[in-house]
Amino acid sequence: MEHYLSDLLRRQKKRLLEQWIQNQLASSDLRDDLMSSDELRAQSEEVIDALTDVLSEKNITNPQSTDFQNLSDLLAGISISRARQGFTPRETGMFVLSLKDTLLDVLQSELADDPVRLHDLTMKISKLIDNFSVSTFETYIKGREDIISRQTSEITDISTPVIQVWDGIVAMPLIGTLDSARTQVVMENLLQAIVETGSSIAILDISGVPTVDTRVAQHLIKTVSATRLMGAECIISGIRPEIAQIVIHLGIDLSNIVTKASLAKALQHAFGMLRLVVRKQDRDLRSA
Amino acid sequence: MIIISSSETASIRTEQDVARLLHRIKAVAADTGLGTVSQTKLMTAASELARNMLFYANEGVSYLEQISQGTKVGIRLTFIDHGPGIPDVDLAMQDGYTTNPQSLGLGLPGARRLVNEFAIISTVGKGTTVTVITWKL
Repeated sequence: MEHYLSDLLRRQKKRLLEQWIQNQLASSDLRDDLMSSDELRAQSEEVIDALTDVLSEKNITNPQSTDFQNLSDLLAGISISRARQGFTPRETGMFVLSLKDTLLDVLQSELADDPVRLHDLTMKISKLIDNFSVSTFETYIKGREDIISRQTSEITDISTPVIQVWDGIVAMPLIGTLDSARTQVVMENLLQAIVETGSSIAILDISGVPTVDTRVAQHLIKTVSATRLMGAECIISGIRPEIAQIVIHLGIDLSNIVTKASLAKALQHAFGMLRLVVRKQDRDLRSA
Repeated sequence: MIIISSSETASIRTEQDVARLLHRIKAVAADTGLGTVSQTKLMTAASELARNMLFYANEGVSYLEQISQGTKVGIRLTFIDHGPGIPDVDLAMQDGYTTNPQSLGLGLPGARRLVNEFAIISTVGKGTTVTVITWKL
């Protein structure tokens, strides 16, 4: 009696597989554009194998059992690869849930004359497969979160560009909220650019930064000190009226730093420091 | 009597959560009719308090509420954490005082100056709750 379930599964393995694949092919959630029926068959076969190999009366109530390790890993792998392929969470979840329907169908036809046991096994299998489908969702979401965190770090890298605006002058426009990871990248990129371009003036433009709190201010002060250590001068530009008021309210002392309202003013100041003069060309000279 | 007309809850676990919260505050503040300066002041105060929460308590919860009292409308922000708490709140509210040598020690007192109302309750070992209100003038 104890081995009833595992015997049944092994005996009916082929039928289970065929029926499951048929159900999936007939389902409206089928994505034959993303996955061929051969791939689907291979994937389904692996899952059925992993399940029928280990499922027994003993572990059916314990989805956390180490017996299911293989199956869990397999489902996790399928879930992540499906997330990358562009399956919706619904389609991925239905893949596992449709296995439940198939299992229950087979059980029903086998146990038609033993309703008590049928009910018992139905409940247990339902719970087990539900559990698997929830963990499939968790993995699916984790797969998505990985994509998001990778994108975040890519954005951090591309959102701190250094531009050489003149011989000896580099500028770095900052856009978006500054957190400690980004301010670190900002400082590194700016110092690196100063070395690479041999610049003596760096302009840090914060027009696109929504707000300057004490931590951001502190990072700006540190960046200015670091540029000075390298023998360059740092100008902070793009101080909007509201930012100016906030810095005063917070009581942050920026008086040792050259600050300008706009990038143009900062550039003008930089030209002055390099003793460069920009002037409109005389009309007569041009025509001559 | 303060009437709450809308309320949002967000858990703060990463710096991205702070950025998202600031975004929401800006949107709600603009919706309430706060001017650019008030919006930015409130965002800055929120940034101080939320990052304090992250730094000292690792995580916490923020509440963003649109409120009205009589004819006044405004925004109330509440930050609740279950961190170590502040032993001496009066001392922590002074300019330049900090337990973190990396910090300027201006965050809490600065945040108080950026908003209209500021309340802090802290119990050592239990956590800290900070509530700030900015009224539309």
